[in-house]
Amino acid sequence: MPALRLAQERYGWLSPEALVEVADCLGLTPAYCLSVASFYDMLHLEPVGDHLVEVCTNICCGLRGAEAVLEAFQRELGITVGETTNDGRVTLRAVECLGGCGWPTVVAVDGRYRLSVSVEDVPAIVHCLAAAARREREGSGG
Amino acid sequence: MAEAPVLVLAGADERDLTKLAEYRAVGGYRMLEKARGMTPQEVIDELIASNLRGRGGAFFPMGRKASFVPRDTGRPTYLAVNADESEPGTFKDREIMLRVPHRLLEGCLIAAHAIQSRNVFIYIRGEYLAEFEVLRAALDEAREAGLLGDVSVVLHRGAGAYICGEETALLESLEGKRGQPRSKPPFPAVQGLYASPTLINNVETIATVPKVLELGGDEYAKIGAPPNSTGTRIFCLSGNVERPGNYELPMGISLRRLIHDIGGGVAGGRKLKAVIPGGSSFPILRADEIDVNLDADSLGAIGAFLGSGVVIVIDERCCIVELGLRVAQFYMHESCGKCTPCREGTRWMVQILRKVEEGAASQGELDLLLDVCDRVLGKCLCPLGDAAAMPIASYVTKFRDEFQAHVDQGRCPLGESSSLDGLLAPADQHASATAHGHLSIPRPSRPVAGAARGA
Repeated sequence: MPALRLAQERYGWLSPEALVEVADCLGLTPAYCLSVASFYDMLHLEPVGDHLVEVCTNICCGLRGAEAVLEAFQRELGITVGETTNDGRVTLRAVECLGGCGWPTVVAVDGRYRLSVSVEDVPAIVHCLAAAARREREGSGG
Repeated sequence: MAEAPVLVLAGADERDLTKLAEYRAVGGYRMLEKARGMTPQEVIDELIASNLRGRGGAFFPMGRKASFVPRDTGRPTYLAVNADESEPGTFKDREIMLRVPHRLLEGCLIAAHAIQSRNVFIYIRGEYLAEFEVLRAALDEAREAGLLGDVSVVLHRGAGAYICGEETALLESLEGKRGQPRSKPPFPAVQGLYASPTLINNVETIATVPKVLELGGDEYAKIGAPPNSTGTRIFCLSGNVERPGNYELPMGISLRRLIHDIGGGVAGGRKLKAVIPGGSSFPILRADEIDVNLDADSLGAIGAFLGSGVVIVIDERCCIVELGLRVAQFYMHESCGKCTPCREGTRWMVQILRKVEEGAASQGELDLLLDVCDRVLGKCLCPLGDAAAMPIASYVTKFRDEFQAHVDQGRCPLGESSSLDGLLAPADQHASATAHGHLSIPRPSRPVAGAARGA
């Protein structure tokens, strides 16, 4: 699993080629690596955006308005859950309980938790991501 | 009631206990020194005397479990710490790792001494990135200070699978496999990680160990609701409550007091409809059932559980059928697919509950739903199937009127005003549980910016 994680950190997702590479390193078959990778939600078998926004939609956050937060993200990003923006920058996912139930709604942005997110907070988060994307573009351009 | 002792989180409000020096200033690692001066059996005897029970949900006495680990087998002995906190409504282990990581590490080292293990694995939930970083920094500090001795402590990050909180699934995952539970026996104490003797405990249990030694097992056993529910719990209060959060309190506190006095009552002054104690895997209580004490015996008497210390407060706006549907979706998504009753049963539950919620269910389907629950309960290798069947069956039996109203009226009586209306389940990633039954086989897709990076 650490090897799969490393491969994902390097390539962004676990492509068939990445799985072959992991398998070769560990002396396993790519099929075995795929069987392990497909079990875990955080290992991506399809490309994801540069940034990942994950909104908890389990019951504790749900009771306190997670659905509205999710809708706000869909509106701001112009995509539906599970999709990536056209420029490949942001993927939006609905996820199961993130373990921050005391501070709903919990949103993980690139693995960093934002607690007590309300609909009003969503534009600022999306704005931050856009700004980060711009910086990355400028960084790679210069 | 006497002033409540705070044990596991003691000192964390006043000091930054993530730092070794600060933790030492409140007596940190002194109990490790004490334990290492005791024989392993003496440490286990203290744990048995304290009747410290597993805080992960199973409530098994820790001292007894440690005493099951055989010695001198010629194989290595392992300690696995379950930090894969994923039960919906639970957020206490996260707090422990973020605020008192050294207390957890001290507990690990004491427990390792008790079972004479030199290999500790902490299996931390993949989503817990900040917690992992805090724990790693604490571990580095402890290692540099020479506190680990000849024990190696490894932090292993999970990758997003609820089932890996089940002990044997956790071991499979640690070994680098799909996290599917094993059949028991053999129990992990005899044949656990790499087929060697293994003790597995929850974060909160392990973090309590230094305090047990500090107070002495007999003294610890007087706190809370002896003899069966000793000590404190970190109660995770969430949902429609004024002041949600983690509260460390002695076991046996009344549910009403926790919600109303400590939690400030139902948010917005609304009416209480139901409470889920234990976690989403456990039966629900109606509003008229909250005069119960939060200890294993009192809750057991009314068919409820203490679970992982969860209390989810639900107000009058919530449609219980929708709640059931969302809970069932969670278990369908998280079922590992190994046992047929759980794999198929959770899907049946979702399908029937969806029909009921849409107002399309016939009268017989309510009974069919209970029948499906009955056919899952106790018929699987691990408790995940039970964890789906128990709450769903309790929703139907305790809120039968509401289910009946859906059938009679052909729609949800609360309609769009329900607080859970239209809540989406996550896009399914598990091949074994995809909504349409197709296998998610990776295939070359359109390249995106992220995929090309570093290639």
